[in-house]
Amino acid sequence: MAITIALAGNPNTGKSTIFNSLTGLNQHTGNWPGKTVANALGRFTHNGRNFMLVDLPGTYSLFASSLEEQIARDFICNSKPDATVVVTDATCLERNLNLVLQILAITPRVIVCVNLIDEAKRKGIELDLRKLEDLLGVPVVGTVARSKKGLEQLKDTIEQMVSGTITLKPIQVAASHAPDGSVAKSAAEDDKFIASIVQTAEEIARQVVSIRQAEPHQTDRKLDNILTSRHFGIPIMLALLGLVFWITIAGANYPSALLADWLFWIEDRLSGFLMRLPNPVWLHDLVVLGSYRTLAWVVSVMLPPMAIFFPIFTLLEDLGYLPRVAFNLDYYFKKACAHGKQALTMCMGFGCNAAGVTACRIIESPRERLIAVITNNFVPCNGRFPTIIALVSIFTAASAGVLGSLTAAFFVLASIVLGVVITLLISRLLSLTFLKGIPSSFILELPPYRKPQIGKVIVRSLLDRTLYVLGRAVAIAAPAGVVIWIMANVLVNGQSLLAHSADFLDPFARLIGLDGYILMAFILGLPANETVIPILIMSYLATGSMLELDNLAELHKLLVDNGWTWLTAVCTILFSLNHWPCGTTLWTIYKETQSWKWTWVSFAVPTITGFFLCLIVAQGVRFLGFV
Amino acid sequence: MNENLISLNQLPANQLGKVRQIRSHGITRRRLLDLGLIDQTLVKALQTSPAGDPTAYQFRGAVIALRAEDASQIMIELVSESR
Repeated sequence: MAITIALAGNPNTGKSTIFNSLTGLNQHTGNWPGKTVANALGRFTHNGRNFMLVDLPGTYSLFASSLEEQIARDFICNSKPDATVVVTDATCLERNLNLVLQILAITPRVIVCVNLIDEAKRKGIELDLRKLEDLLGVPVVGTVARSKKGLEQLKDTIEQMVSGTITLKPIQVAASHAPDGSVAKSAAEDDKFIASIVQTAEEIARQVVSIRQAEPHQTDRKLDNILTSRHFGIPIMLALLGLVFWITIAGANYPSALLADWLFWIEDRLSGFLMRLPNPVWLHDLVVLGSYRTLAWVVSVMLPPMAIFFPIFTLLEDLGYLPRVAFNLDYYFKKACAHGKQALTMCMGFGCNAAGVTACRIIESPRERLIAVITNNFVPCNGRFPTIIALVSIFTAASAGVLGSLTAAFFVLASIVLGVVITLLISRLLSLTFLKGIPSSFILELPPYRKPQIGKVIVRSLLDRTLYVLGRAVAIAAPAGVVIWIMANVLVNGQSLLAHSADFLDPFARLIGLDGYILMAFILGLPANETVIPILIMSYLATGSMLELDNLAELHKLLVDNGWTWLTAVCTILFSLNHWPCGTTLWTIYKETQSWKWTWVSFAVPTITGFFLCLIVAQGVRFLGFV
Repeated sequence: MNENLISLNQLPANQLGKVRQIRSHGITRRRLLDLGLIDQTLVKALQTSPAGDPTAYQFRGAVIALRAEDASQIMIELVSESR
């Protein structure tokens, strides 16, 4: 039987790094590394004993309101772990001690892990860990999780605590006021309890921490003064995002072409092999032209931008920049009667809307959380924005090279900004209608900046993303290819099912600037957005104007041959930005809200927005005679 | 009432104040207390976001951003000697 160890701590203390280093397991809650929104489990063995490590959500307290705090508290109170490791930030020990003392009020079986001691040293903050151990009466271990320093000692300590070889003399803080974890006491008693904890933390910190510099967080303040400054804060934010897109677009071209060459070379081999077998031609076509080709398109067109964007964006997160984005944008969210932390959940949405929806747990007010959930889809996820990138590149990058990729980056940035504006407008609209209310309070920590672990982040998230896309390609794109092939080859009244369906959708689709095939690709792309463009390519190819498409540059020709104009591209991009969330996201919304009603609202709101936006743009442009 | 009390959102940038009274209630009050903002805590005002609100405050070694509405519920006393 495994021994259960809980891992608690404030946000931004490197808790997840410790979890990963101890268990060697890539935790996957959503697709966004480094964010713990549900209990992640991992196992490790030390000196022949098995331990199960439970990563609790990062919280400041155990007794307040948010869902994450409830999860953490319930686990410590009800599951009674054999030991609880509380990870603290050495650069901000006093504040972190509040949580340590709160947990000590529930259980004495606590190990305090003081992480980031290298950062503290660099900032001139010195800590007397032996003294801290004396004062708290429980073991204290100093670590530098990113370079694995102190982790062996941490494991030794965990084992000793579990074997009972450590004598615990936990500090008693206002034991009479200690909440039992379930019933809230009177407000006054509550206040007294917290006050005594905060004062004890202050007293302990006074004895343990010595600061060598007048202002240890000087560099952070200087950076903040630039990154959140009145004049430069927002321009820098846009420039950074634009830069990320530019690197993605410029960097994706070459691997895309390489992958396409390679995958279509394999297609020829596969085709030749199947032809030599005594199986019917339709089976060959089904496998090669249907399944394999769709898979190849997903991998060659969609994978490179996803695999490049994701790690770079993760670096920004690792640096600690995202809370500054929330800080810069909170004013606008307040105007929309929403919460500034919605900006953080939108950033998560860039990786995956399902992860973004789960991340909405950080917003305490149920009303504002629902707004964030419903509008998360206005941020194009990693499966959608390669579609935007592909279309923008094809239709703007007439001049190749740096200028072309810069232009493309500009248009991608513009569509993201549009997504943010729509998010704010719809949030406001929801606040005025279904979700009436006034903004709640906004309390957001701006944590110290951390040097990102560039190599580690890039390698890991590149690998994660590639494996993730490949997995989805096999699980969803390959079957989707089969469906498309069957639809294109089963004839009813002399016309394929595909043509019938597209014809059916066509009049309506034309109204909003698309065509029947595009709208159908979006519908068939419900399980996974990254299949929309590949399905579209397959549909056009299946209708026969061209049989071979082994060059990315020919995609433009294919689209134009099928009647695309720049307006079609604009409307497709707008519709990609504003349509129903993918199946996974919808399911996550249902799980998070426990309500079919809000799941339907989350389906309908972006869809209706998309229809109206495309309708206005398409009809407006046509009316003015631009196309 | 003490005449010298001002609310936290009136604290000029880079000035120190000492918390004397927290008028917020409910979740907001709880959250502020959990972050260590209790009576007698020293708070320093830092930068304001590009749109003029919220403002970042430093206390107990951490930096916390608060909206003007929330900061206006926290009464402080100006502390003259800025370290």
